[in-house]
Amino acid sequence: MFYRVEPHLLTVGLEQDLDLATAPAVRAALDTLLDRYPDRDVRLDLDAVSFLDSTGLGVVLGRYRRLAASGRTLHLVGVRPAVAAVLTVAGVRQIMTWDPAVLNDGRKRGGVADDGGQLV
Amino acid sequence: MTEANSFSLDVASHPDNVGLARLAVAALAAGAPFGVPDLEEIRVAVSEAVTNAVQHGYGGRRDGRVRIEATLSQDRLKVVVSDQGRGIEDVALARQAAAGEGERLGLGILFMETFMDHVVVESHPGQGTRVVMEKRVPVAALAADGD
Ligand SMILES: Nc1ncnc2c1ncn2[C@@H]1O[C@H](COP(=O)(O)OP(=O)(O)OP(=O)(O)O)[C@@H](O)[C@H]1O
Ligand SMILES: [Mg+2]
Repeated sequence: MFYRVEPHLLTVGLEQDLDLATAPAVRAALDTLLDRYPDRDVRLDLDAVSFLDSTGLGVVLGRYRRLAASGRTLHLVGVRPAVAAVLTVAGVRQIMTWDPAVLNDGRKRGGVADDGGQLV
Repeated sequence: MTEANSFSLDVASHPDNVGLARLAVAALAAGAPFGVPDLEEIRVAVSEAVTNAVQHGYGGRRDGRVRIEATLSQDRLKVVVSDQGRGIEDVALARQAAAGEGERLGLGILFMETFMDHVVVESHPGQGTRVVMEKRVPVAALAADGD
């Protein structure tokens, strides 16, 4: 996991797949950062997350709820097609914004439509 | 043409084995002309079924057994995930997406149903649960593969 602190923004990058095995440690590490840097909106970088299931989504949405309770926002970036498929089925777009993963040359990673949410 | 292939894995109800099951089933499925998004969907469905066995079937205990049987035939992948855990009182109720305990979202079975073509959940309270999932190989891919 990496993070970057700016005046009004905390960026956190996850670097492992999010499932039952990894969820507890990721949840704890995220909460530590969220508490240590209050009053900042959060950008969660999922570019290195190639897999997320409902347990992983529970961690993300749980953080969203914690942040929303104190008026902070959570924005997802680096969302890969496999992760986007899960977010889409769960209806996450109705409550949270996200941007698709991009390749080094600026193109989106394969399979993501222009709205970033749907597999093609 | 893809020849029938199968495996049966018997694993401890340990969280790390969710990833193992995913990997094994995806590797088997890669023997058929599934697309990359299909394989991702299969991974999610397997992850959900095994996670439920560990979390709900055995209540997080790591000494239960979870069986993952996967069969790849010419036109479909079939995956059976079974446990001998606590079972489900009311399967119809469990299948309705509703928030689970804590941060559980109640989406696991919905993901299985969305990402696979056919899902059957059988359960006997006190005896265990068996989830049977099937995904068809895309017809266009089958036609292209037909030599
Ligand atoms: N193998 C199982 N053994 C016992 N109960 C199960 C099993 N699988 C599912 N259930 C029951 O069915 C319910 C619905 O499962 P589902 O996977 O849809 O949601 P969840 O596990 O509660 O939440 P999520 O999957 O989003 O983390 C569970 O809450 C649990 O009560
Ligand atoms: Mg579940």
